[in-house]
Order: sequence, then structure tokens, then C-alpha cells
Amino acid sequence: MIKENIASYLFLLPFLVFFIGFVAYPMFMCLFTSLFDATMGREDIFIGFQNYSELFHDDVFWIALKNTLVIVLVSVPVTCAFSLWTANSICKMHVVATSAFRCIFYLPVVTGSVAVTMVWKWMFNNYYGIFNYVGTAVGAIDKNINWLGDERFALGCIILILITTSVGQPIVLYVSALDNVDKSLVEAAEVDGATHSQTFWQIKWPQMMPTTLYILVITTINSFQCFALIQLLTSGGPNNSTMTIMYYIYYNAFKLYRYGYGNAMGVILALIIALLSAVQFKLGQEKD
Amino acid sequence: MTKKKSPYDIASFILVALVAILFTFPLYWIITGSFKTKAEIMSVTPIWWPSEWVMDNYNRLMEKRKAPLFEFLGMTGPTIPAAFRWLINTVFMSVASMVITCITAALAGYALAKKRFIGRTVLFSLIVCAMALPKQVILIPLIREMSSIGLYDTLWATIIPIVGWPFGVFLLKQFSEGVPGEMLEAACVDGAGEIRTFVDIVLPMIKPGIGALAIFTFINSWNDYFMQLIMLTSNSQLTISLGIATMQAENSTDYGLLMAGSALAAFPIITIFLVFQKYFTKGITLGAVKG
Repeated sequence: MIKENIASYLFLLPFLVFFIGFVAYPMFMCLFTSLFDATMGREDIFIGFQNYSELFHDDVFWIALKNTLVIVLVSVPVTCAFSLWTANSICKMHVVATSAFRCIFYLPVVTGSVAVTMVWKWMFNNYYGIFNYVGTAVGAIDKNINWLGDERFALGCIILILITTSVGQPIVLYVSALDNVDKSLVEAAEVDGATHSQTFWQIKWPQMMPTTLYILVITTINSFQCFALIQLLTSGGPNNSTMTIMYYIYYNAFKLYRYGYGNAMGVILALIIALLSAVQFKLGQEKD
Repeated sequence: MTKKKSPYDIASFILVALVAILFTFPLYWIITGSFKTKAEIMSVTPIWWPSEWVMDNYNRLMEKRKAPLFEFLGMTGPTIPAAFRWLINTVFMSVASMVITCITAALAGYALAKKRFIGRTVLFSLIVCAMALPKQVILIPLIREMSSIGLYDTLWATIIPIVGWPFGVFLLKQFSEGVPGEMLEAACVDGAGEIRTFVDIVLPMIKPGIGALAIFTFINSWNDYFMQLIMLTSNSQLTISLGIATMQAENSTDYGLLMAGSALAAFPIITIFLVFQKYFTKGITLGAVKG
């Protein structure tokens, strides 16, 4: 018994060094330092919950929270619905077509956020971006729009890019979930004269519930983490219209060197995500 | 299954194909853009296909910044275009993350799946909790930790947090659970030690899982812009993505240059993805089985 314990921990040791040292410990430190006034080049000063009370009176934080929630509430449902539709359309095709399409929708993820962001920045350009050209050509807009520099559009542009770079994984997951649906049930339903949409919603959809749940959780976390786009395209502007919590944490850490304050925001963000994941799981279990 | 194609199927095929074209368009725009002349890039009417293919943008990318090929034990290598150094850095970072993650995750995943030890449940719940949190939350403590151990602004500062991320352990635990207990017992009866059992019995059986994890970690590490951004600052330590992002700050409207850089950053990783696509898809799917 003791031997088994020792052997187990020896197997775990290499991973635990990294995990405890560079994931668990920083997580603890995030919570701990949020109670301090911490910055570069001097000892941290304990200030209790002052960082948190300051957060409640920080207008930028509330804007950031609102923008973050807008991003999540728009991008998560759209990503999920779009992936489901795409997966359902491509899974009935020939094997080659299925994997080709799956690949194409995954490409923006693989291309990497920097490369993707650069090209979108060009496409959104005020003077020679393709969006303004196409928009005016089809008559949707009457004069060039400074997409990323306009408070009304910047957040929408960010969300659009975010969605195109998020659907890859959900599509892969949905295709495989649709593949695993109990064929005999589907055939039985078809024999009984069920329509396409009936088979889909009555037979396939309930069986894919665990996948949907997983996709909801990962896309939610993913949307909360949306950072590269904002850092490279708008830096939170114009006028904080694309400021998110993630970017605001980064801003506090790197521009203002307010480590304690940034950590307090990190704790709040973690709590929100934990709460949302818990709610999603709860809903998922009730439906089972 | 040969069924007659209904009009609905054909319509949805066309629709999906159209959307797919829109999805590949940015990539197409990067590649063609990187070979366009300045005039064609700045053209108000988009130039859908370059009228002449020029290397100007790539030449500028090579000229703009230089870096030594290596710095090792006080020696400095010959000066080369920084973009190449960044590529070397990125490959080193991704390979190192991949190899170390696979080793640590295979060992730990096996122990979690097949061994009964004190603290197993606690450890496992800790791992699941950590996975649900966005890793950006820990950025500030991580930077301070890395500076205090002298790894800040080295590639190791980006590698180590990736290895510590528990997704790999989670994935390989699923695979190890598929190893029959009788085989492990039989090995034990035959007098094989722990390490022998692991190498001879467990490893061959979880090989597909390791393959999936390897490609998954490689791609994620290559594209982990956030970690690279917060940990790396000096010119010779940058990765290709970060290098391009840095160039963007200085030449924000030189889209030709930025497209050349983006193409250089994206080409290797897309090639690798296409080659190992099968394992990759498997990794995503199996990682989700018990999400």
C-alpha cells in the first residue's frame, strides 16, 4: 500500500512540479495578492478588501464587464448555432467533403490570432479595406466607415472576428457527436415517417446534449479570454467601447503596474466564469 | 449508405460551400497580399489577384530587424534577419512544450487512471477546477514568479506554464483507463517493475492519445500569443507571432510587410496541421468525452 503510494507520486511528480509551481501556486497568489497594494520595486502593502471596493466604484471596470458580457452573450449562441448547422450539413456528405470542410472551418484557429488579426485589420481599413469597398459597392453603406475607430461598430467587428476563429472546435465536436448518434433510433424514426427536423430535434438533439454542454462551456471560457484581437486592433478603444475585463487586467498590469488591483479583477473574472459554468452544468443535468 | 440527394441537401451544400469560401478568404488575402506591390495593397478597389508577384514585402521583412542566430554561453552567432530567429525560437518553444507535456502527462495520466493513492480525489478535483479557469487570470502572479526565478524574457517562461496546464493529463487519463487491469496485474506477477510495466504495456496502448496530445500542444503553443506577449520582450527572444505584432506597432499601415510576416508565421503551422489533421481531430474529440 505504501509502495503503491510512493510509486504513484513518483509518476505524478514531474507533472506536479509544473502544475503546483506554475498553475496552482499562481492561482493562490492571485487571490492572496488581490488583498495587497502591489506594484513594481517595493514591498506589497496589505490593504484588505480595498482593491475590491475600488473596483465597484471604477467606471471603466463596469464598462469592461458590460462589454465582456456582450461579447459572451452574442458570440456563444451564434458560435454554437452556426457550428451545429454546419456540422449537421457537412456530416451527411461524402467522407472527403466532410473532412475538407471541417478543415476549412478550423483554419482560422490554426492560422494564429496575430496573423488573423493583421489581415482583418487591413480588411476593416478606413480607406482601402475590403469591407468599405464591398459595402459601398452593394449600397449597404453610403460612405466609408472607420470600422475599428467608431464606437458604434468596433465591438461588433471584434465579435465577428472572434466568431470566425471560434467555430472550428465546436464543428469538429458536433460532427463526431452526430456520427455517434444511435443509428437504429434514427432509422426507426424514419420508417415511422418522421420528417428531417423531427428526427433531428426529437432523436439526435437530446443525444448530443453532453456535447452541447461541453461546447457551451468551452466557448464561454474562450469568449471571456478574447484578448489578442483587442490588444492588436483597438487597445480597448475608442472611448473604452471595446474594453474587456481581460484587457483591463492586462492594462493594469503592464501600463499602470497595479498588480494587486489587476489580481482583484482576475478573482472576480474567475468567479463569474465558475458561476456560469456551474449554471450551464446544472441546466444540462436537469435536461438529462 | 446511398440515399438520393434531396433538394435540401443540395441547397445546404451550396450554402456551406459559400460560407467556407468566406472563411478561407482571410488566408487567401494574407497570401496574395504578401506578394502585392504597395500600390496594389493601398488600392481603393481591391485587387483580387496580384497583377505581378513581387518579393518586396518579404525583403523588407528581412531587412527591417536583425538578430543574432544564437546566444550561448556568452557566444553570439552571426547576424541574421530577426524573422528567422523568431521562427527558430517558435519551433524550439513548441517542440519543447510538446515533448515535456507528453512525458509528464503520460506519467501522471497513467497514475491517475490506474493507481489508488492518498489524495487522488483531491488532486483530480484540483485539476478539473484549474481547467475551467481562464489561464489569463494568473498572468500577474506568473510574471512576478518568472522574474523572481530569473526566467522572465526567456522562452522557458512560455514553455513551463503550458506544461503545467492540466489538459494533457486529463486527456491521457482517458486513454490510460482503457488499459485492461489484468494486463497490469499479469506484468506484476511476471515480476516487471513499475517502469517496465509503464514502458512495455501502458505506453504502446496510449500511443494514439500521445500523438493527439503532441499535435494539439504543438499548435496551441505556437499560437499562444498571450503567454508570449506577457513573458517575452527582447528582440532576440521573440516568437514569430509576437515579432509580427511588434512590427505592427512600428509600421501599423504597412500591410504588405504585415502580410508577409503573417504568411511566414502561419505557413509552417498550417502545413503541420494539414499533415497531422487526423490526430488533431481525435485529440479534440477525445478530450471532450468526459468534459
